[in-house]
Amino acid sequence: MTFEEIKSRAGIEWQDLQKTTYVLVGAATCGRAAGALNVIDAFGKELARRGLQVPIIQVGCMGLCHAEPLVVICKAASLRVVYGHVSPEVVPRLVEGYIVGEDPCLELALGTLEEDRGAFYIPELPRFERELRLILHRCGNIDPENINHYMANGGYSGLERALRMEPDEIIAELRKSALRGRGGAGFPTHLKWQLCRKAEGTPKYVICNADEGDPGAFMDRVILESDPHQVIEGMIIAGYVVGAEQGYIYVRAEYPLAIDRVQVALTQAQETGLLGHSILGTDFGFHIDIAAGAGAFVSGEATALVAAIEGRRSEPRPRPPRLTEAGLWNKPTLLNNVKTFAYVPLIIKRGGDWFASIGTEGSRGTAVFTLAGKVANVGLAEVPMGTTLRELIHDIGGGIAKDKQFRAVQIGGPSGGCLPETLLDSPIDYDSLREAGSMMGSGGMIVMDEDNCMVDAARFFLDFSVKESCGKCTMCRLGTLQMLNILEDITAGRSKIHDVDLLLALAEDVKAGSLCGLGKTAPNPVLTTLRYFRDEYEAHILEKRCTARVCPELTVYYILPEKCDRACEHCVLTCPTEAIKGDKGEVKVIDQEKCSKCGTCLEVCPPEYNAVVKLSPVSLLPSPSLSKEKTHR
Amino acid sequence: MSTEEQAGQIVARILSSHNKEKRNLIPLLQEVQTKLGYLPKSAMEEIAKSLEISKIEVWGVATFYNQFRFVPLGKYHTMVCMGTACHLAGGRLILEALERELGIKVGGTTEDGNFSLERVACIGCCMLAPVMVVANKIHPKMTPFKVEEALIPYRQEVQPKKN
Repeated sequence: MTFEEIKSRAGIEWQDLQKTTYVLVGAATCGRAAGALNVIDAFGKELARRGLQVPIIQVGCMGLCHAEPLVVICKAASLRVVYGHVSPEVVPRLVEGYIVGEDPCLELALGTLEEDRGAFYIPELPRFERELRLILHRCGNIDPENINHYMANGGYSGLERALRMEPDEIIAELRKSALRGRGGAGFPTHLKWQLCRKAEGTPKYVICNADEGDPGAFMDRVILESDPHQVIEGMIIAGYVVGAEQGYIYVRAEYPLAIDRVQVALTQAQETGLLGHSILGTDFGFHIDIAAGAGAFVSGEATALVAAIEGRRSEPRPRPPRLTEAGLWNKPTLLNNVKTFAYVPLIIKRGGDWFASIGTEGSRGTAVFTLAGKVANVGLAEVPMGTTLRELIHDIGGGIAKDKQFRAVQIGGPSGGCLPETLLDSPIDYDSLREAGSMMGSGGMIVMDEDNCMVDAARFFLDFSVKESCGKCTMCRLGTLQMLNILEDITAGRSKIHDVDLLLALAEDVKAGSLCGLGKTAPNPVLTTLRYFRDEYEAHILEKRCTARVCPELTVYYILPEKCDRACEHCVLTCPTEAIKGDKGEVKVIDQEKCSKCGTCLEVCPPEYNAVVKLSPVSLLPSPSLSKEKTHR
Repeated sequence: MSTEEQAGQIVARILSSHNKEKRNLIPLLQEVQTKLGYLPKSAMEEIAKSLEISKIEVWGVATFYNQFRFVPLGKYHTMVCMGTACHLAGGRLILEALERELGIKVGGTTEDGNFSLERVACIGCCMLAPVMVVANKIHPKMTPFKVEEALIPYRQEVQPKKN
């Protein structure tokens, strides 16, 4: 079959679907965690009960994670209506109302995908006005396990075009686009492809890095679970350009659904003649295998990843030689991130100039971010480079949850930094973020509010780096551990002010004495919190006070006698360590010796009393309660 | 047939379905663990023999990666997410509550073999933070108070007569 024939067959299937009524259910990992499979089950039962033949399509993620499970009911010649927080209980209602009848149940809907009076138009949400979806635009709208859906929406026409171009023309197009690697470091993509193309030695390899290890980042997972073919298409084009016949997608083992969906996509691409021997009738052949990671953060580092595919411990090695000269089995290897490959077909199709017209001078195109933490709308967003952090957090993320105060935004995971309010108007691009002491990283963004302690946050990230250090470089293995010990002392109120200088000195040593990105960037969370939140460090050290009342050693729970209801015993009955005393009718008192600081009493104290408070420093604890306690012991 | 012999047969079957190339070491270890739940020493020795590499090399790789376990898991494997979003929302308190409830430390298994407890880096459900996972079921928006309650169904299943 020619490409045109394959494409037209896909188009017919898609058009036929548009003529019917069908249901989309967001069933990426995040949707499933929120209960999407139960919703699918409920739809299946209700439709069967009524004897209706309505396709239920498991799609990926639309990026509105906060509203999962998400359902879209699509009707021919009518509105496509999006429903959020769908439970199995409301399914019969939706079936009755909108699948059988003509009532779109707008009271249960988030909005509609077509403009209509009387219904909320989703593309007009402030977040979508800020967004520009290039590689996310199909996510949540197509069946990731159906290649025809991808092809009917423009898929594989980049590859078809690329195969009619000379490899050097493709590189020239990438140069015009000024695409930089989306793995975080931002190396110009055309340069990497050129180096690998020019490198001597065969065979050559293409590797897609999908070892998304940053805690709190899940863009690559969403792309692979929602629209995997675009990544495969980008890899095939890369193989054609550099002269490789074999590619690998290295996916974290923690992403089983992504692995399954990529496998399905690979099989379908092969069956369609887009992957394998003589692709689309040309003499170019390319194969892709999945390599499943085994759970090591350092595997995300390029040279370490190569070692993992070879079946070794994934320890980085010094560069040069670059992977483009000596990579997998010492052969020239092109390694790019999931998103970098996903942009390639678009650039081939629409031209490098088009891509370069988006974004800022040094950073072209869009950036994909996951927005998590204390933000109202946790989700996934794709914005033009140069969008400010404030726009991303407030317009797209809906601001801080529960009307709390913004404290910091952490970008780039354990390698990135925590930025304060004053930097919220900085544009998001490689260079501005690096200047601020953070980095683009892979695109995880975590928002922190007034209840988060910045010293504790730095300790958390460093703890992660200590656990994930492969141990090859002494400074990364032991230097980070020493830094962690100091931070633990600070959060426990055991440190002196000169420890801060020691921390700074160690941070420089760890940066200088580490081979790979993990060690070189591990001090970033500490350095940025020291730079922007030094007052918090000083409060911990000098006043033994945790501003956010998070650090357990510096915080105590206390029941305000004047607020305690006396008759209520919620706290007494639920305290897991039986640390709360007080008979019925008496003011309840916490035995600080027994208290495990779990916070259950604060959680269960009825809001009308609100009698439990956290105090820091510990010296704020009123002495009468201490003495009263002693009489109990 | 003893369980050990059964395990041996499973390992032999897995080994026979792969090429004897070193690049297959990690996939082999993964497959054995999927089938047996952990990596028994004997299985690693068999893999070394089959790939014609030293035992220490297999051990070195297996211990390097977080995914591999060398003791069987409890019947209900419990994981607490320690990703950034979960940490900020109080993941540590959930872990402590589970340690207290189950009477084991993280990484351990209860004496009756019913529960094992592990911390994981991030399971990617940040909008549900903090989360814990019991026997593959995700429990969203946990609090220390909800931990005991969440464990009840699993405990009843193992001890149906306890009153």
